[in-house]
Amino acid sequence: MYLKRTNPTLYYLQRLGFYLLVVVIALYLLVPFLWAVLTSFRRAGDLFLQPLQFMAAPSTWGNYADVFANPNFRLGLLYSLITAVGAVFIALLFGSFAAYALGRFKFKFKSAVLYIVLAVSVFPQIAVLGGLYTLINTLQLYNNPAGLILSYLIFTIPFTVWVLTSFVRDIPGELEEAALVDGASPLQTLFRVLFPVMMPALVTTGLLAFINAWNEYLFALTFTSTKRTVPVVIANYSGATQFDQPWGQIMAASIVVTVPLIILVLVFQRNIVSGLTAGAVKG
Amino acid sequence: MTTITPTAKPGKQRGIEASRARTAVWLLIPTLIAIVLVAGYPLYRTIFFSLFEANLTSPDQRSYIGLGNFWFTTDEGVALGFLQDPKWWGAVQNTLLFTIVSVFLETVFGMIIALVVNSAFPGRAFLRTAMLVPWAIPTVVSAQMWAYMYNDSFGLVGRGALGGVALLANPTTSIWAMIAVDVWKTTSFMALLILAGLQSLPSDMYEAADMDGASKWTQFWRMTLPLLRPALLVALVFRSLDALRVFDIMSVMVGNVSAARLSMTAYARQALIDNQLLGLGSAVSIAIFIIIMVIVVIYVTAFRVKFD
Repeated sequence: MYLKRTNPTLYYLQRLGFYLLVVVIALYLLVPFLWAVLTSFRRAGDLFLQPLQFMAAPSTWGNYADVFANPNFRLGLLYSLITAVGAVFIALLFGSFAAYALGRFKFKFKSAVLYIVLAVSVFPQIAVLGGLYTLINTLQLYNNPAGLILSYLIFTIPFTVWVLTSFVRDIPGELEEAALVDGASPLQTLFRVLFPVMMPALVTTGLLAFINAWNEYLFALTFTSTKRTVPVVIANYSGATQFDQPWGQIMAASIVVTVPLIILVLVFQRNIVSGLTAGAVKG
Repeated sequence: MTTITPTAKPGKQRGIEASRARTAVWLLIPTLIAIVLVAGYPLYRTIFFSLFEANLTSPDQRSYIGLGNFWFTTDEGVALGFLQDPKWWGAVQNTLLFTIVSVFLETVFGMIIALVVNSAFPGRAFLRTAMLVPWAIPTVVSAQMWAYMYNDSFGLVGRGALGGVALLANPTTSIWAMIAVDVWKTTSFMALLILAGLQSLPSDMYEAADMDGASKWTQFWRMTLPLLRPALLVALVFRSLDALRVFDIMSVMVGNVSAARLSMTAYARQALIDNQLLGLGSAVSIAIFIIIMVIVVIYVTAFRVKFD
């Protein structure tokens, strides 16, 4: 403010530098994604063009048509949806029970339970891969979405328990006491009184857990052979011949998988920041 | 009026406490069962199998070899333990390089982006929204996007900026190319957490510092950074642990065989799944588990991170 009057040149130079930085950051964050979007609308033959000619080349929906004509991709979307929704549903149900207990009740070993949950969330997945593989085989869940749902609980449950516990703690106790005085059982209190209040938290936590499950790759690659989820399909997307990488189609498939997530994230922007900070900054 | 005698009250109180504790246990049971089933038991099995020579397809036909998976030399002088495999140590080195460089860059860039978004200017809402885009993109997708950009005959970077250099073909350049992908993908996450921390700082403190004539630079080093320390440290711990587990980026960009030279997880998975060596793969997994736990303990004690 003072600088504007005392040294206008320096002030405007500083402003210019600041806006340059803003432009650089925006380009850095967005260009790779926008370039993928552009590629998804270009024909395979146009990929060789110089960038400016490539941008001006005619658009086509051909890659999207090819991607949706690919049965592996369509099934991948279906299996991804089944596993992610299944894992999130179980995690929210179990997680809210646990969060209610941890946030509202006093009992022995409470902090031990909290630390176990936290320890599991920093677990390297590889440490259980061999054990889980033999377990899933024993239960005959190999190449079955149920096997993936089971394995995804290793990261969805600790996450939901931890985040929901911090939300439950912030709910005023009077609500629950009133329900208890009226003779409601703990489960009735949870479902009738706390769930409605926790709705925003459940949506946020569920969304973040969904994103994690939707993105999971290691377990999906290892525990399935044909019933693959969409990240595995995209990672192994191949064209007509072994040596032909159909980049246009890969980018189209990538955009199809990503755009719904981006829309969800933009719609729930504020909740996501609070969910992330509850989950990460508090632990 | 009150008919409750002083002696009856504590007894009744204890009854309520005990019944609430019982309820709490019931509420925790589903979660505890799930954790034992998907984390506890598989971890126990991994530790168990690390002491055996066993094949993934027939885990029941196994023979006990103690720590042979870790260190074992046959009479002919063939080294079989993974700790004797230079490829393993290469993977450890590359993973550590990946973790240290990418987490450092993410913290610096995340801090710059957070500070920019935290100041008032037209277009701030747009930048704040743009910040979420890389974070929302699945890792596999961002790996494919960048593999395309690094391509030496099509890519914006590989052909355009570097004039036809195949970055991913060479292990020494590919690790840096992958660091760039990870930095692009997760800087947003750092920036979001730092921004949340920045917004909780009291603004009147900065007004007072302005009055006293402290420069923005001094304010940043003397006020912002120390106050952000707790939030920054927890974000650092979580990012480091994520980076140490890196697998997706490398597996997608260079395939599982080359990835085994770059990532500890990929090395373990190759032994365990591709080569079907349940015993050896389990031993490697346990080594990774120990490395990560040691780093957690170092972080928590050195920086006194509090999780509550």
